[in-house]
Formats: sequence, structure tokens, C-alpha cells
Amino acid sequence: MPATDIAIVGFAQTPSEREASASEVQLLVPTIAAALTAANLPRSEIGFTCAGSCDYLTGGPFAFVQNLEAAGAWPPISESHVEMDGAFALYEAWVRLQHGDIDTALVFGSGKSSPSNPAEVWAQQLDPYYLAPLGLDPVSLAGLQARALLDSGKATERDFAEVVANSRRAALDNPNAQLRGTPSIEELLAEPYVRNPLRRHDLPPISDGASAVVLARGDRARELTERPVWIRGFDHRIEAHQPGHRDITESTSTTLAARKAGYDGGPIDVVELSATFSPQELILRNALGLPKSTNVNPSGGALAANPIMSVGLVRIIEAASRISAGTANRALAHATGGQILQQNLVILLEGE
Amino acid sequence: MAERCAVVGVGQTKYSKRRDDLSIPGLLREAIDRALVDAELELSDIDAVVIGKAPDAFEGVVQPEIFLADALGATNKPLLRVHTAGSVGGSTFIVGAHLIESGIHERVLSVSWEKQSEGNAQWGLAGGRGRGIGAGGAFAPWIRAYIERSGAPEYIGWQVAVKDRLNALKNPYAHLHLPDITIEKVKESPVLWDPLHFLESCPSSDGACAVVLTNEAGGRAASKPAAWVAATAVRSELGQFPGRDTVRVRAGVECAHDVYRQAGITDPRRDIDVAELYVPFSWYEPMWLEGHDIAGPGEGWKMVDAGDTEMTGSFPVNPSGGVLSSNAIGASGMIRFAEAALQVRGLAGEHQIDGARTALAQAYGGAAQYFAMGVFRSEP
Repeated sequence: MPATDIAIVGFAQTPSEREASASEVQLLVPTIAAALTAANLPRSEIGFTCAGSCDYLTGGPFAFVQNLEAAGAWPPISESHVEMDGAFALYEAWVRLQHGDIDTALVFGSGKSSPSNPAEVWAQQLDPYYLAPLGLDPVSLAGLQARALLDSGKATERDFAEVVANSRRAALDNPNAQLRGTPSIEELLAEPYVRNPLRRHDLPPISDGASAVVLARGDRARELTERPVWIRGFDHRIEAHQPGHRDITESTSTTLAARKAGYDGGPIDVVELSATFSPQELILRNALGLPKSTNVNPSGGALAANPIMSVGLVRIIEAASRISAGTANRALAHATGGQILQQNLVILLEGE
Repeated sequence: MAERCAVVGVGQTKYSKRRDDLSIPGLLREAIDRALVDAELELSDIDAVVIGKAPDAFEGVVQPEIFLADALGATNKPLLRVHTAGSVGGSTFIVGAHLIESGIHERVLSVSWEKQSEGNAQWGLAGGRGRGIGAGGAFAPWIRAYIERSGAPEYIGWQVAVKDRLNALKNPYAHLHLPDITIEKVKESPVLWDPLHFLESCPSSDGACAVVLTNEAGGRAASKPAAWVAATAVRSELGQFPGRDTVRVRAGVECAHDVYRQAGITDPRRDIDVAELYVPFSWYEPMWLEGHDIAGPGEGWKMVDAGDTEMTGSFPVNPSGGVLSSNAIGASGMIRFAEAALQVRGLAGEHQIDGARTALAQAYGGAAQYFAMGVFRSEP
């Protein structure tokens, strides 16, 4: 693991909305501006920019090209883009900063799920030869995962409901969340199934949103902010695609990424997980070896707001915000890609 | 920078209009397996995989690397997917190089691909709508502007078209092998987008290109010569605004100067032995010679006219046959980097430029607004 100290020194996110009237660029413009303001950094001093978004969400090829306007790509900038969640764009920028010739980077993630039916879009992510023809959609896959989890004896439907109740309650304090409330476990369990054993509330909402993070290296980070959020470890791993080729009740790639990121299982103040379906929070907690008492998803997590392509970067922002506010000192954040936790990213964050 | 980056493996598919002998995973493995054989390594030796391609709409699979993870040998490894329009192959190479140069990984596989026969690239480029003018339609007015500005004669474009296709005859992987091509035939082929004739335009190909990257120790230990990465840079700029110079694109100028500075190149025409430039339409050869300050203003077409950019000339451009001979869009940028690496390794076969020690690779994309460039050397 490289030794260079790189920190999050500014961040911003839009509120998550079921259907934003603003375009993706319009969501990004104020968000990037706010992140730069938070970092006390003019855009002209950014050394590298990296974005994460998805053509298919926007419904057209080269969708990310429009977002250059929000990045302020004139005069020309050193810039890259991943067809992945913004959390992976953060990874690319973190790698770029290791070189030592530049000391700041801007990262953003953005996506509007509202123009399309996400279940139809993401069904087209499956293996086109063997899986897609089955007509599986992401909710059905998550249902299979939930059923496997129940059958394995590792969780109960009541556990799913507890995850949802905690998310809704935590989101009461999150102005950027979409779904909040104080449902009782019994109320949740009385709801009908959408895909047995999943109920509507076990699914993420459909969300539009964007987020941005500013990174700085070493002394530059200390100059820009009183409380840099240091990236102590960062890794991501992918698993086999066919659901039958892996144990979908576990997340071995999350365990591996956490280990490679240097998470030793020690005390952690806050954890933000991209668990888009309630059973996945239980799988991820187990993969990270978190005790029951760990503060997981104080933002409400992805069940409260799921702006795809931004949601992972938002997890990192939510974890970092608690460190920069001084209410936490050591945090883990997680992002995911593919269906039912095929690809997983873990970042370990710390205060001074 | 913590580490030097060396290219120790290059693998390419045979490019052709329709590789229906292979699935998408099979196409990728043809390139990857050849790169690993070249590097004398196995998939299990690879620490991380970086993959690039142009829009997913071309094949109709969302983020296809997700289903390709197994075929890429990426399971339990980091897998990154890059997308920076037409420059993506170059960017994908560079992201892989960064993983080595940062010291994070020791052996990285970077691979780029497109299987354009799975869909309709013109439809894809038009955003799935029916009003597309094609890439040539977008670039033709800027080419016309270059001709006006430079005073170049119209036959310059035809010369480039012939030169690259004759070079391609020496490259067994090239899609187009047109042994009978002549200036006359290019001139007489239909005009697609004035001033571009059919034979001045790139084909639509299936194909993949892979490189194995490693650190200084790995580069020195390799039994075949390595290509050493002396510089990489990317630049992006807005595609449309009043006053934008679409002929001498500022992002392209700045990207070139960045790699020259890193590589210690003060006179690119003298210091570079061979260049692989992204020339999907013939006129982009003189346009990039000027746009990257290899030639002075109005001098690029004169280099073409004088034969300087032929394989036997003083500044050979695209001995592989270039994008004009093979264009699997997502791979096209990486092919430029891979071919430049092969030249300094002395492993370019029949299209080898004798004594090539410094090679330039360039890819561009979008509305000529994304650039990825690299310089390779035969010595670390």
C-alpha cells in the first residue's frame, strides 16, 4: 500500500429525489461548486478530475461528455471518466495523486434513474448469452439472494425489517434522504411481498442525485482544512458473475477488499454501506466482521436514497462528514457494482 | 512517481468486420492470451485489470465488464472500467500505467475492445436516435476548415488514405487489406461527407487489444525487450462553445506539450522516431502533426506531400495501418499505444521501423475534445 497521505478536504451532495427537474449537468454544477467552496479551492487549482456515471441511465451514449460542462473543462483539464459509481472515480483519482506531481483532485458521481425503469435497464447488465435471456431483473436476483440467506439460517425476515426500520429512523436526521419514518417491525412484516421474500420497503427507492469530493495530498490537505479526512486504505474487488458460481449469502470480495484496505477488524466509529436491498446490509456486516453494536448507516444508507452512480460516493461522503465534524475518528465506507454485490469497494478513513 | 512502468506484453485480435467466430468473452481472450504469451505470464500473475470500451450501446450490454469478470481473469481482483469516448483505449492504457507507477500493483492487464458487429455503430453514435450524421459528418467541417486555413491541396487526404492502407499490408492483424488501392481509387470512391471520400474513412471493426504492464523490476526481468513508458497525459475540453478552435484543439496542444516535457522531448520531429496517431479520417494525419506541434502551422500537409510520414520517411506515422485500416472503436486508442510499444521493443514485424527508440502514441475522442497521449522508449 502506497505511503502517500491523501485526504478528503471537501464534499457536497444533492438531496436525493424521486424525480429531479434538473438535468444531470444541472445537478452537478452547484454540487461541484459547493465541494470546491468547502475545500477553499478554486477550480483552476485542481490537478486532476475524475467522474463516474452510466450511459444507460441517461439513455444515450457518451452521456458523460455533457458533464464536462459541470467540471468546467475550459481551459482544458486533465480528466478521466469511469463507467462506474463515483466511488471508483475516487479510487482512480487517489491512484493518480500517488504520483506526486499534482496535489489536488476533483471527483464526482451522478445519475438520474427517474427517466427509465431501473429494473429494465439493469437487467441488460447480465450475461447476454446465458442470464439475460432468462428475464431476470435486479429485484428478482435480490429476491433469490434474500431467499438463500433465509435458507442458510443466517437471517430472518424480521432481521430484514429491522434493517429497514433502522434506515428509516436514521434518515430522519438526513436532509438528503428520500425515505424516512418510524415504522414498527410488525407494520413492516405485515406488508405484502413484492418478490418473495422481499417487501417493497426492502427495495431501494428510485433516485436522482449527484455528489462531489475534493482530494488533497499531504501538507496541501492540512493547509486547506483544519480537519482533513485521511484515506488510510482503499481497495476494490470483483467476483464471478454467474450467481451460481459464488455463495450469494456472503461477500468474499468485500472481506478481501477490507483486508487489502488495511482494515484489521479494530474499533470503528461509523460504517456506511451501499446495501441497496435490506438483506445485503446483513451480508456486508458479516463480511466486514462488524459487531452488532457498530454504528452502520447513520445516514439511512442506500435504502433511504439510492442515486445510482453517486450512491457509493455518497457513502464515502457520509462517513467523511462525521470525521470532519469531529463526531467520529475512524470510519469505513463501501460501494458496490454489478448485481447482488458482485463488485465491492472499501475505503478506510481516519481523522488526524 | 514511485515506479517506472514497462510494457512487457502486447496482444491483438485479428480485426475484421465481423468476428462471429467468437463471443465477446472469446474476442477479449484472443487479445489477452496473446499478450500473456508475449509477456511469458499467466492470468494468475496479474494483480489488477483495467478495461475500456466506447459506449455500451454499441453491443447493448450495460457495463459488460461486469459479466466479463470471469473471462478477464479478474475475479478476486480489482477491475476498473474506463470510458472517455474515442480516446478510451489510450486512457485505459494510462490508468493501467498509473496502477504500476503509483506502486500499488506489480502486474496489470489493460484491455480495450469493441465488437461493433453486435450492433449498429452509427445508430449508437447518434444516441440511439435516427438523426445521426456519423463521426465523419461531425469532423468534415473542421477538416474543411483545416484545408482552408493551411492551403493544403485536396490530394493530401487521398495520399494518407493510400499510405496507411499500404502499411496495413504489412500488419497481419489489420482489418483492411487493400493491395490494389491507388490515389485514383480513393478520389473516385463516393464522397461521404465533403471533402471525405469513402476510402478516406475508417472501417467498422470487431477487435480487442491488450497490454501487460509491470514495474521496473518486471521490465528488466522480462526475457523479451520491454517498452518503457516515458510519459503519459490526458486532457479534456468542452466540445462546443463560440470561438473554439476545432482545427488546432487546445487540449491536444497542451496534452502533447505535457508528454514532451515529461519525456524531455524538445524537438518532437527530431526526437521521435515513429508515431501512432489516431487518424480515423485521412486528413487528421496532417491536422495532428500540426495540432501536436510536430509540424509548424501549415506544414503538416507538406510532410505528407514529401513522403516524410511514410515508413521510409523521416517521421513515419501509423506503420500499423492506423485507424484507417482497423477501427474497433474502444480498442483503437490502445492499439496506438500497443503499436508504439511494439516499435520500441523492435517487435513490430514487417512494419517495424528500423532503430525506433522513441515512439509517440496518441488517441482522441468526442468532438475532438478528449486526448490521451504517451511516449515509449526502448531504454528505461
